[in-house]
Amino acid sequence: MDGFLSMGGYAAYVWSSYGAAAVVLVGLLVLSLTGLRRVERTLATLEAAKPRRKREPKAAPAPTATPAAETTP
Amino acid sequence: MHRFANPARFLKIANAVLPWAAGLSAVCFAAGLYLGLFASPPDYQQGDTVRIMYIHVPAAWMSMFTYSTMAVAAAAALVWKHPLAEVYAKAAAPLGAGFTALCLLTGSLWGAPMWGTWWVWDARLTSVLVLFFLYLGYMALVDAFDDPARGNKAGNILLLVGAVNVPIIKFSVEWWNTLHQPASVFRLGGPTIAASMLWPLLLMAAAFQSYFFAVVILRIRAGLAARRVQTLRLGQAN
Repeated sequence: MDGFLSMGGYAAYVWSSYGAAAVVLVGLLVLSLTGLRRVERTLATLEAAKPRRKREPKAAPAPTATPAAETTP
Repeated sequence: MHRFANPARFLKIANAVLPWAAGLSAVCFAAGLYLGLFASPPDYQQGDTVRIMYIHVPAAWMSMFTYSTMAVAAAAALVWKHPLAEVYAKAAAPLGAGFTALCLLTGSLWGAPMWGTWWVWDARLTSVLVLFFLYLGYMALVDAFDDPARGNKAGNILLLVGAVNVPIIKFSVEWWNTLHQPASVFRLGGPTIAASMLWPLLLMAAAFQSYFFAVVILRIRAGLAARRVQTLRLGQAN
């Protein structure tokens, strides 16, 4: 085990390389996950704020009442 | 390819692929680290520093793979205006930059004990440094415009122009005299590396590759959601 950790005298170089890889790969994964969570939360609040537009075109063919309400700016 | 450019269809496939890519990456990392750190012999010339190769070489391959796919996506975005292509390029860029940084860093850590220097301005090292700056330049450029469409266009042009650097990196060790060794895996006549070292190398390469697929899917999902947020906000402003 001691020989394994000392890496034939090159411990500093070998373990720094593996450490750097762990930091970069885990760091990018964590940043990507938190970024995804954040934007999905923003999207959810935005879509909850305007529920009328959600799914409405697909619901029922009621062209008489809704379009006027939809298109007025 | 056009069929997969539809974001909704893409998301369906991507979400099905995601757990497999993540699982494959975990398995390959476990096996690759075991073989690379425990079960493979030290090199007869380089001793245990050869184990740096199992990080350095997959990172280098991924740095070029990621850039190449981004350049193809940039071409698709410029020609066919696929929104997904732009989202992909933006999603992949930080990963590519990370792989390139890792490649440069581990290269230094390997060069210091074996070449006696952390850095030389030779063709291979310099062209990889240029690749790193291309990633950083692209990431800065796409966010430098108020209009995201213009930023994406500028970024895509940079990606296409920078694509000449990829073959330069690949063949730099043959075209110029350099301290860096020539290719020993992807070469005419087959690999010249011993099987006991080729296996951990290939496993780690597969681990890096599937890691990339898993994380880039997460990032594309975030990119598509961000575009949706943008359109909703524009709709609210009107």
